Amino acid sequence: MYRSLSLSILFHAGIFAITFFTLPFIVKKPIDVPPIISIDLIQISEKTALPFAPKAREIIEKIKEEKERVVTKQAPPKIVKKEKQDAVPMPDQIKKKKPKETDKQNPEEVKDEIRQSSEFEKKELFDPNKIAALIDKSKEETADIQQKQSLEITQDQDSTVSLDKGLTITQEDAIKAQIFKCWNIPLGLPYDEDLTVRVRLKLNKDGSIMSSEILDHVRMNRPGQGFYKVLAESALRAVRLCNPLKMPATGHDKWKDLQLNFDAKEMLRG
Amino acid sequence: MKKILVTLFLILFTSKSFAVVTIDITRGNLEPLPTAISNFYIDNPEKFSEKIKSLKLEENLPKVIKGNLMRSGLFYVLDNKSYIQQPKLSHLKPRFEDWRLIKAQIMVSGKLRIDDKGRLRVEFRLWDVVSAKEIEGLALFATPSSWRRIAHIISDKIYQRLTGEEGYFDTRIIYVAESGPKTQREKKLAIMDQDGANNKFLTLGNELVLTPRFSPNGKMVTYMSYFKNLPRVYLLNIETGIQEVVGDFPGMTFAPRFSPDGRKIIMSFARDGNSDIYTMDIESRRVEQITSNPAIDTSPSFSPDGRFIVFNSDRSGFQQIYTMRSDGRGVKRISRGKGLYGTPVWSPRGDLIAFTKIHKGKFYIGVMRTDGTGERLLTQNFYQEAPSWSPNGRVLIFYRETAGGKKGQGSSAKLWAIDITGYNEVKIKTPTDASDPSWSGLLSK
Repeated sequence: MYRSLSLSILFHAGIFAITFFTLPFIVKKPIDVPPIISIDLIQISEKTALPFAPKAREIIEKIKEEKERVVTKQAPPKIVKKEKQDAVPMPDQIKKKKPKETDKQNPEEVKDEIRQSSEFEKKELFDPNKIAALIDKSKEETADIQQKQSLEITQDQDSTVSLDKGLTITQEDAIKAQIFKCWNIPLGLPYDEDLTVRVRLKLNKDGSIMSSEILDHVRMNRPGQGFYKVLAESALRAVRLCNPLKMPATGHDKWKDLQLNFDAKEMLRG
Repeated sequence: MKKILVTLFLILFTSKSFAVVTIDITRGNLEPLPTAISNFYIDNPEKFSEKIKSLKLEENLPKVIKGNLMRSGLFYVLDNKSYIQQPKLSHLKPRFEDWRLIKAQIMVSGKLRIDDKGRLRVEFRLWDVVSAKEIEGLALFATPSSWRRIAHIISDKIYQRLTGEEGYFDTRIIYVAESGPKTQREKKLAIMDQDGANNKFLTLGNELVLTPRFSPNGKMVTYMSYFKNLPRVYLLNIETGIQEVVGDFPGMTFAPRFSPDGRKIIMSFARDGNSDIYTMDIESRRVEQITSNPAIDTSPSFSPDGRFIVFNSDRSGFQQIYTMRSDGRGVKRISRGKGLYGTPVWSPRGDLIAFTKIHKGKFYIGVMRTDGTGERLLTQNFYQEAPSWSPNGRVLIFYRETAGGKKGQGSSAKLWAIDITGYNEVKIKTPTDASDPSWSGLLSK
C-alpha cells in the first residue's frame, strides 16, 4: 500500500518537474516591449499600380504645365507632389529608374497618352457647345492610337504594356463588389468539381458592356455538363444585371478588356 | 529543337494574354432568386367542363408551383399583384422590360388546353428575364384530376434548370399519424404528397406502427408493427394494400429499410437482449446475418451504391455510428464527438450521413461525411429525431416533439424539413400529429 503510494507520489512529482522545466509558459520572463514603429497611412493604389505610377506622375506633371500655360486661375492646385513625399520612399525610388529606361525605348507610347489626357483636361475649359465635337474627335484619336499600338507592338513593347495594364487592388475590389451583389449562385452545384466559368467582357468608356462571351462555351453544350451550363448562365445573368459597371473614370485602355472568373466553390463549401 | 521552338512560341503567345485584366469572382449572392410565376392562360375555354373550371387550374396550378419553389428556400416568388403583363401575352413573348421592372430574374408562363381526348395539356415556358430568352419549355399531358402532379413535375424542371440539381417535388412522404392522449396513442400509417396535399391513411390504427420506409420505386413500404404484442417488420404494397410479415424470426424485428436496388430489406433482429443486423431477400426470403456482436447493433442504412452499410451500435459503451462493407466486414467507428449518436441515414447523393445526436439533454439533427469528418449540427431542440433524405440529398425531413406537461399533455409532434446548409427550416402541415417521416424517390422516374 505505502509502497505503491510513494511510487505514485514519486512519479507525479517527476511529471511535475518535467513539465515545470520544459514547458516555456511556466517560466516567467519579462515581456519584451516591441520597438515603436511609426506607420504612414498611404493610398493602396499607389502601391498596387507601381509600374504605372511613375509614368502617370510624369504625365500629370506635363498636363499641369500645360494647364498653367492655358489658364492658371481655373486649374485647381494638385496634390500630386505631396503624394510623392508621403509615399514610402524605398520601393518608389527603386522603381523610378526602371520605367525611365523603358521610356527611352518606346517614347511614342507615352506621348500618345499625354496627348489624350491633355485633350481631356482642355475639354473642361472650352464652352459646352463644342463638347460634342470634342468627344467625336477624342474618339477618332483613340481609335487612331489603338490602331497604331496594335500595328507597332513588338515583343518587348508588349511585355511593358502588360505591366502597365492591370487595375489597382481597390479598383478590382470595387468591380468585385458590384458583381458579388448581382450574382445569384446556383446552390445545387457540386462543390467537389472544378467549375470555373470564364467570361470575357468588352467594356465601353461609360462602363456599359459592349459584348460578353463565355470562353469555354463548348463545354456548355456538352452532354453531362448540365452543372456547367447552369453556372455559366448564372454568370451571364450577373454580368447583365450589373450592366453598366461603375468603372474608374480614367484609364479605359486598362479595363476595356476584362475577364471574370466565376468560381462558386468557396461559397458552396460553406 | 522543334520542342524548344514550340515552347518558346507558347511562352511568347501566352504572355500576350496578360493584356486582359482578370478578376476572380469567388463570392456571390445567396439570396433566393427573384422569380415571377404568371397565371396560366386557357387556350380553349369552351372545352373546359364546369367540373374542370371549378378547379381553377389557371390560378391553382401556378400556386402549387409557387408553394414548392418558396418552400425550397432557393426562390423568392414575387407577388402576383405586381405583374404588369397579361398571362396570354407573357406566354407568347414576354415584355422583358416589364418583368425587369419588378426585379424578376426568372419568369414562368403557361398555357392550358383540353385536347380532343379530354386530356389536360399543360405547356409551360421558363424565361431568363435578364438575358431576355427562353431557357426551358415543355408540354405535359394528364387527366385533369392529376393536375397537382403536373405542377410538381413542372416545379422539378424549374428547380433543376436553375440550380443544376434534380428536384424533389414530385415525391410523397409516408409517416405515422398520431392522435389521442399520450398514454393511449393511436398510430396509423399515412401517406401524402411532399407539400402535404392528398393525405391518406393506410392502416386503421388497431395496431401500433413505427418507422415506415419507402422502397426505392415508391410502391412498397416496410415498417414495424405490434401485432398481438409481437413487434415485427412488415411489408405493404401501397397499390394493392396487401400486407405481409417479413421473414420468420423467433423474436422481435425492427428498424427496417430497403436496399438501394429494392431487393432486400435490412433490419435489426433482437434475441436475449442482444440485437444484430440481418438482411432478407424479398423474393427468395433468404436471410443473412451481417453483424454478430454482443452489443446492440441497430438502425442500418445502405449507401446508395449498396456497397456499404451505416448503423449504430453501443459496442464502445455508448451509442455511436459505425460503417462496414455490405458483407459485415471492415467495421469502422465514424462518430467521434461527445454525446450519443443514432438513426444514421446515408444520403442518396452518397456524400453525407444524417444522424440524430443527443448531448446534454438536447436533441440535434446533423450531417457528417461518410468518414465521420465535417460533422455539422443543423438544428437543436427539446426532442427531435429520425431524419430522412429528399431524393436529391439536399433536404432532410424529421419530426419534432414539443415539451408538454408532466403527463405529456399539451405536447405535440410535427414534421419539419431543413436544408443541409442549416437554413430554411419549415414545418410541414399534417392534419394530425405526425412522426417518423420517410421521403419517397421521384415518382416520375
